[in-house]
Amino acid sequence: MFKDLFQKKRKYATVPSQRLEQTKEPAEGERPKREIPEGLMSKCPKCGSIQYSKELEKNLKVCSECGHHLRLNAPERIAVTLDPGSFIEFDAGMKSVDPLGFPGYSTKLEQQQLKSGQIDAVITGQGSIGGHPVIAAVMNFEFFTGSMGSVVGEKITRAIEEATEKKLPLIIFSTSGGARMQESILSLMQMAKTSAALARFGESGGLYISVITDPTTGGVSASFATLGDINIAEPGAVFGFAGRIVIEQTIRQKLPDDFQTAEFNLQHGQLDMVVHRKEMRSTLSKILELHDVKGGF
Amino acid sequence: MAGDLPFEKPLVEMRKKIAELKQFGVEKEIDFSDEIARLEERYRLLEEEIYSNISPSQKMHLARHHGRPTSLDLIGLIFTDFIELHGDRLFGDDLAVVGGIGKLEGIPVTVIGHQRGKDTKDNIARFFGSPHPEGFRKALRLMQQADKFRRPIITFIDTKGAYPGNTAEERGQSEAIARNLREMSGLGVPVVCVVIGEGGSGGALAMAVGNRVLMLEHAIYSVISPNGAASILWKDASKADQAAEAMKITADDLLAMEVIEEVIPEPKGGAHRDYESTASAIKDVIVRHLHDLAGLDADELKEDRYRKFRKIGEFAESQAAEEVFSEEPALSPE
Repeated sequence: MFKDLFQKKRKYATVPSQRLEQTKEPAEGERPKREIPEGLMSKCPKCGSIQYSKELEKNLKVCSECGHHLRLNAPERIAVTLDPGSFIEFDAGMKSVDPLGFPGYSTKLEQQQLKSGQIDAVITGQGSIGGHPVIAAVMNFEFFTGSMGSVVGEKITRAIEEATEKKLPLIIFSTSGGARMQESILSLMQMAKTSAALARFGESGGLYISVITDPTTGGVSASFATLGDINIAEPGAVFGFAGRIVIEQTIRQKLPDDFQTAEFNLQHGQLDMVVHRKEMRSTLSKILELHDVKGGF
Repeated sequence: MAGDLPFEKPLVEMRKKIAELKQFGVEKEIDFSDEIARLEERYRLLEEEIYSNISPSQKMHLARHHGRPTSLDLIGLIFTDFIELHGDRLFGDDLAVVGGIGKLEGIPVTVIGHQRGKDTKDNIARFFGSPHPEGFRKALRLMQQADKFRRPIITFIDTKGAYPGNTAEERGQSEAIARNLREMSGLGVPVVCVVIGEGGSGGALAMAVGNRVLMLEHAIYSVISPNGAASILWKDASKADQAAEAMKITADDLLAMEVIEEVIPEPKGGAHRDYESTASAIKDVIVRHLHDLAGLDADELKEDRYRKFRKIGEFAESQAAEEVFSEEPALSPE
């Protein structure tokens, strides 16, 4: 049934690089620092170095100067991680509604859809990595800061159930500001829903690899993102429950720069490894291969 | 009466008037009993009107009332032979969570709750009822112990949320909450959760994955505190009342959304006015739900809990996605 709907595969990863700069537009009256033909050059948000957008993309959006991993949107992530042409999307037509009649939510959803070219904050489907078939869910920070409402919770739960049924490994690429406030309690309950589905998947013996990308916080970090059999993060990715500002207000202290980074979490035992984007495909492929044979000797 | 909230002001004023009249009558030896009776009748009507129209933001203030019964207050009134157990066996004993074994109508049960402090000193020791990872891990340890000995689990939810501090993050706050969500879904004993005050976000949910989730009439339960929502949405935390109205956080709202199963009525004016009748109402409802669940075996209880959470969420499904992607991929794998 799904096949008929989604076989006509869309091509992924086509986001003009100038979008990266849109968020960085200078305030009115402020003199733009450099004149750059739109889209031709990109600036690293971390070290500020200017590089050709094409070069940056060839480098998987990792800054050649400082190694900073720029955020990828979901189509880009699928393009750089899954085997080309292997991905078949599930539930592509699932849309958020405004269950609470929350002020401004419907308008905001439309704006987010126009801005990101996405329907909601996650893409799920089946594909392969290094020839190993996987069920994958890829979150999208560009859409509504990757917030989890009913659609994200439902699509991820269905993906987990699909993986359970098909006995396939599951990989979730997380990035999210947390639960979507505008769906209030329904968003919160998605944490329980996805985690319960993972419990069943785990009982069935399925392998779940959680890939944490920048940033992963709040309701997503406190549910499926931390529940991997193996938890991997990209270098520098912010990963934690409470936001830095909230914590600083609570403890009345300034936090160190590396607080809640992937490296900080690795040091505190919350991650299995921190993997460079260039190594991600091969690392995932290797882990999948190591789980191909169960039992042995 | 101590601890009156702003919306109760008309009642306070009227009580004062009645008391003054009584006093005046005694002093001057004049019989005002007719006037007093009339005023008292008007007071009852006003009380009826005010307490039957409590707005979400007023409920938020009731739910956070400093005199509201805490988990330990209710445990003392509902259970007998309660023994408190401590520690997560990993790091420490988080006093923001209390738990132990007691008897409910003579049957041993495990009871766990968030614990706010009763005064400033107590609140500091208990982090105002906001658990660190060790609090959630203690709760899980006690739940797994209950599972082993086939004891039903009752949890009381009363927290602004998980503790937002660096120490909590370093010890894996996210992991502690997530693990509870996953493990609670797999418990083979009945789990009944009651939101008694404030159900704040993941820190509340981490102890509220139950077969039945119930709420006291004036309790609130939300994804983020109304204060937090207001500061994010409107950059103004003082608009918490406005956020409380928009977020649908009351027991009635959650019942309508089928997130909870039942609303437990509170005494007039709120649970802080009468601990005993509050406790007795909670007890009756818990006992009834445990009787309902008694016929289910471990697998059926898990299935029941899975289904409860599985169906939550509202969305629309269309046949085909909008064509939002363009033609050629800009990035390709190496």
